[in-house]
Amino acid sequence: MAIAALAGPTVTQEAPRKKSRIALVLLLPGIFYLVLFFIVPFISLVITSLQVPSETNFGQFDTAFNWQTYVDVVGQYSTQILRSFFFALLATVFALLFSYPLAYFIGVKARRWPLLQGLMLVLVIAPFFISFLLRTLAWKQILSDEGFVVSALKALSVLGPQDHITGTPVAVVFGLTYNFIPFMCLPLYTTLERLDVRYLEASNDLYAGPFATFRKVTIPLSLPGIVSGTLLTFIPAAGDYVNASSEFLGGSSSTMMGNVIQSNFLVQLNYPAAAALSIILMAIILVIVSAYVRRSGTDDLL
Amino acid sequence: MSAQEALALGRTVATENTLAPKPPRARFGLGRWLLPTYSVLALVFLLIPIVYTIAFSFNQSVKSNISWRGFTFNNWLNVCDQPGVCTAFGNSMLIGVVATVVATVLGTMIAIALVRYRFRLRGAISLLIFLPMATPEVVMGAGLAAQFLSAGVPKGIGTIIAAHTLFCLSFVVVTVKARIASLDPALEEAGRDLYGSPAQVFWRITFPLLLPGILAAALLSFSLSFDDFIITYFNSGSVQTFPTYIYTAATRGIPAQANVIASAVFLLAIAIVVTTQIASESRRKRLARATEAV
Repeated sequence: MAIAALAGPTVTQEAPRKKSRIALVLLLPGIFYLVLFFIVPFISLVITSLQVPSETNFGQFDTAFNWQTYVDVVGQYSTQILRSFFFALLATVFALLFSYPLAYFIGVKARRWPLLQGLMLVLVIAPFFISFLLRTLAWKQILSDEGFVVSALKALSVLGPQDHITGTPVAVVFGLTYNFIPFMCLPLYTTLERLDVRYLEASNDLYAGPFATFRKVTIPLSLPGIVSGTLLTFIPAAGDYVNASSEFLGGSSSTMMGNVIQSNFLVQLNYPAAAALSIILMAIILVIVSAYVRRSGTDDLL
Repeated sequence: MSAQEALALGRTVATENTLAPKPPRARFGLGRWLLPTYSVLALVFLLIPIVYTIAFSFNQSVKSNISWRGFTFNNWLNVCDQPGVCTAFGNSMLIGVVATVVATVLGTMIAIALVRYRFRLRGAISLLIFLPMATPEVVMGAGLAAQFLSAGVPKGIGTIIAAHTLFCLSFVVVTVKARIASLDPALEEAGRDLYGSPAQVFWRITFPLLLPGILAAALLSFSLSFDDFIITYFNSGSVQTFPTYIYTAATRGIPAQANVIASAVFLLAIAIVVTTQIASESRRKRLARATEAV
């Protein structure tokens, strides 16, 4: 990374400044697109969140400066807001614990067999290629009351006779974890694949046990992968509403922020509330992400 | 003694030194098998719902496709019998192709500019590209829907394509940028030394070298677009894509034909990935042999 940082500016400095007109031509269409379909929608989201219901046309909203919506939605949906971030945190931790050993095996231990490495990597990303919704529905069937998982757990008395898995927070966190494992695994693999095993040998030579080596050498060296993996899992998990929706793995006790935004926007047509919740979700995520990135000391995510 | 030899020597000395006073090698006997076993089990776990989905594409389902009623090829042979499935699939293909082409062209241009040119507002532009990836889909979907609503644009295929191009764009920039950064600048210098014009150097050296990265970005874009549900649902109006079809069908039961399409897409994607991997592996071997021969 230090080498890349050194090489970056020197290479670009060679690029003559008079060619910046070409750069402008290359950038302009894409940047225009991003402004039109990312910045402007964000502004219209802010405007929408401040609107008030129209007094003349029922179901319409007039432009205003109504901060009250924010206060209302926070009061009304505080449970769902907290739950979203709690579920996302749990899913991120579980996905990290699940993925790290797997990524370590593929990236470090399987290096000697490139074919095996390639095959395992394909299997890790395989869930990407089958419909996200069907995957989640498959888990719903597998974990349903008639399924063998529930009957087995009931036979073992882990679950009581009246207990379910689907529709509970456990199922939602399970679904979130499962669905975002590839997002965690891939960045972990990318950093672990470049891990120089001589550092591990050096640590061993200096009488560090396997645990100390792992904690003091392996983890710090794979930190960039951990940071981007956790972000790639946490952000979509916090905003997800498929896993938590009652047609999939969730129930009334597991509704998340995404479900509330979706139902306010598309069902109740309460656009200001949905917009205010979206802005709150985005703001919290930006605060968490920037604090997290600063603390972990890896600024170059891009 | 070269540096590598020194390192190798150092390593053997080091291992000889450290292994001697360390008796508990047997402890690693279990450890040696623990990680591979875990990895295999973890991969099996990841594949469970995929196998389930493919298996149920062969189910003799009547109305809903929940319980197993026997094996049949009928669903595969009559995919379009179920109303809506094939229309939704066709819409998804159309949207995926258009969004991928637009996002790949725009994203590649931005990536080249970001790596190869210096200009003001570089940081701001990098941030503008990063932000869509850090935005939860539900926020992006609601934002676009709010914009289309206030601008009076009717929701349909066009709004879905606009939305998909947006979220694919950032991923294309990141993927292609990584490829450009890994290019050996000596190759382009050689082209210039041989009196290649900038255009010739670009189209005959840079572009062919970038092509694998661009194709990877396009593949990623298409799979992101094809499987996107959340943003699409906010901006689709009455148009059904394959994911929104499944979402709306989920309440009354998914027909087995949906499993057929998902399974076919899955098998095709895996075939493409495996083929490209084998191809790049054999190319790498050929190159390695060629450099050895030189």
